[in-house]
Amino acid sequence: MAKIRIPTPLRAFTGGASDIEVAGGTVGEALGNLVEQHPDLRVHLFQDDELRSFVNIFIGDEDIRFMQGLDTEIDAADSLRIIPSIAGGSPPQSFRGKKIAVEEALR
Amino acid sequence: MDVQLSRELQRKIFEQMEASYPNEGGGFLLGEAQADAITVLDVIEVENTFAEEEQYHRYAMKPQDWMRLEDEADERGLSLVGYYHSHPDSPAIPSEYDREHALPNFVYVITSVMMARAVDMRVWRLRPDRGAFEEGTLSLT
Repeated sequence: MAKIRIPTPLRAFTGGASDIEVAGGTVGEALGNLVEQHPDLRVHLFQDDELRSFVNIFIGDEDIRFMQGLDTEIDAADSLRIIPSIAGGSPPQSFRGKKIAVEEALR
Repeated sequence: MDVQLSRELQRKIFEQMEASYPNEGGGFLLGEAQADAITVLDVIEVENTFAEEEQYHRYAMKPQDWMRLEDEADERGLSLVGYYHSHPDSPAIPSEYDREHALPNFVYVITSVMMARAVDMRVWRLRPDRGAFEEGTLSLT
């Protein structure tokens, strides 16, 4: 069976396991099997039935977005890895350019 | 959630965030997590890869940085416990953009940098239902 490596923050939903064996002939089937085994993972990996935009799936060093996406075929020897894209940003009500004193801005 | 961070590591984050100003900067937090007690033992700067003209309000890392540092944490017997980034000229509270891109069980340390000076640091964690962030306590050691 292929294996999927779980990112550290999501291991709380796999009982602490870092690698999960999954059934399936494609990446999509393997992920489907993963969330069947560990249903609490679903909301963090999928939005509706699409992978969340910040969830990347790698096979070795290859991002499946540059392969055939969820239809990428896999075999039992493959090691998949879920890698979150870390991103952040300031709220739109940034004080930039508004000349608000620091003390007032932090109040 | 209580996050323990040494004053030395906090200074390291502040210096990096001030150097990144007026753009956002960030990096990973390595340490130990036991339920609601998080101890940060190292901070590692990671390059902001967002489009340069948007870096004043956006920060992003390459997936390869996650892969490399998660492996490094494993080798050092530590965990990837969270990440930090700055909000230039904005308060240290998570944005909607932060929430949409957040993971549970992960510490989000936000530093407010006002006019090139780091003035505030607050710690947050996404609720398991993804609905909102909850603020934690920051204990400086």
